[in-house]
Amino acid sequence: MEPILYKVFGAVVTIILAFVVGMTYMGLSRKITARVQNRVGPPVYQNFLDALKLISKKTAIHHGIMQMMGPAFFMVTSIGSLMFIPVLNDGRFFSNLNFEGDLVFLLYLMVFGPLGMALGAGQTGNPNSAIGVTRGLSQMVGFEIPWVMALVALMIQYDTTSIVGLMEAQSASGTWLVFSSPFAFIAAVLAMLGMFRYSPFDIVGAPTELASGPVAENGGKYLFTMMSSNSIFAFVKLTLYVDLFLGGADNLIELLIKTFAIYLIPMLYGLVSPRYRTEQAVRYFWGWPLFFGFLAIMYAVVF
Amino acid sequence: MMNDKNSQKIVDIIQNYARLHSLFVLAYGTGCGAIEIPPTMTSRYDAERFGIRGAATPRQADVLLITGYLTTKTLKRVIRVYEQMQDPKYVIGFGSCTINGGMYWDSYNTIKVLDKYLPVDVYINGCMPRPEAVIAGFVKLQSLIREGKAEGAKLYKDNLEQYRENQKKVIPNWVMPEYNW
Repeated sequence: MEPILYKVFGAVVTIILAFVVGMTYMGLSRKITARVQNRVGPPVYQNFLDALKLISKKTAIHHGIMQMMGPAFFMVTSIGSLMFIPVLNDGRFFSNLNFEGDLVFLLYLMVFGPLGMALGAGQTGNPNSAIGVTRGLSQMVGFEIPWVMALVALMIQYDTTSIVGLMEAQSASGTWLVFSSPFAFIAAVLAMLGMFRYSPFDIVGAPTELASGPVAENGGKYLFTMMSSNSIFAFVKLTLYVDLFLGGADNLIELLIKTFAIYLIPMLYGLVSPRYRTEQAVRYFWGWPLFFGFLAIMYAVVF
Repeated sequence: MMNDKNSQKIVDIIQNYARLHSLFVLAYGTGCGAIEIPPTMTSRYDAERFGIRGAATPRQADVLLITGYLTTKTLKRVIRVYEQMQDPKYVIGFGSCTINGGMYWDSYNTIKVLDKYLPVDVYINGCMPRPEAVIAGFVKLQSLIREGKAEGAKLYKDNLEQYRENQKKVIPNWVMPEYNW
């Protein structure tokens, strides 16, 4: 087979895997939430039914070209960042456009999607969307700082800005980064709580308060695009955490176990927490996560 | 080569399967019936196991649940909400008030028969209907969708003049955007 065709095929397989795994995790989170609340809950495949229903809606109204672009931006960012994440350690089959410095590039790319969504939400003219967007951007200012500090600590400690470089450093030393740079892991996990937008940090969507925020005016296929890119993006973030801190995965089963273990942290923390206000959320991220971020950088510089 | 009509039938069956198992409900809680919605959704009766879940805005919703009586003032908002929903959409009339006025049968400012103003797919009678009855109504709607009989939106589109005439009879100051699909 031609190498370029092989790569395209690998990319398609990666996207399908990310979509299926992300959607299943969202369904599992709904099931687990239901079991915690002593309910039966929807079936695990409920999110696929929702997606199929949304895409088979007959009409989908839009308020202008930017509203159509917003979900597309989000989708492009999710798939784009998926292409830079090594799914498995050997990386034989799955697509990986890895290059030196892709961690820095990924930091930029992961912010681009929410920004595109913000532009799309601005076009709809719904006040709830505008409030949701401002809240989301303030929250992003909160959690991006400890997240970037954790990554900078890793870059200093191992003298590389590539994800594959960090994975090789883990396999060379034989220990996972969660043990060799624990403070960076703590800062990154605390930042992840905000990144996943489960409660107490669900201030963007805020059901019953903002009427689902930025997606308030999006129905049908727009909602489908946002839902599917959200699940692909969840897979991207989980795989990135596994790659950076838990030594990657050798096969798919190991990947699923490790990503689900990481996914349980924001989900279970969200189940027992009420929602923060915006300033409380930002203050949270600039408290202990920032402290651990500083500690991680000092640890990296000193050792 | 497959017949077009048959392939459309297969697509319809698959789409209807997804639609009936994923109902996003916009509960328009004007009347007293809204108090029966929280127990239906939460732990005791758990409507989410049927794929029924709340939607925040009309754009995302499939089902408009009208709980109880409608005053002539709120009718205007309900019509606006219904017209903002995306096709295919269903209306459930909840409680006796939506059928014949119920205990407000001689009130001067509530509408008596909801079906004159909006196409209702399923009625749930009772004052109040208990959560079991609400879930039974949803199951009835699901079976209607499965058979392809929940065509309220099509009915509304076809008989728009008649519905508009009825609506304008009770709403004197009609300042509304045109219904665009």
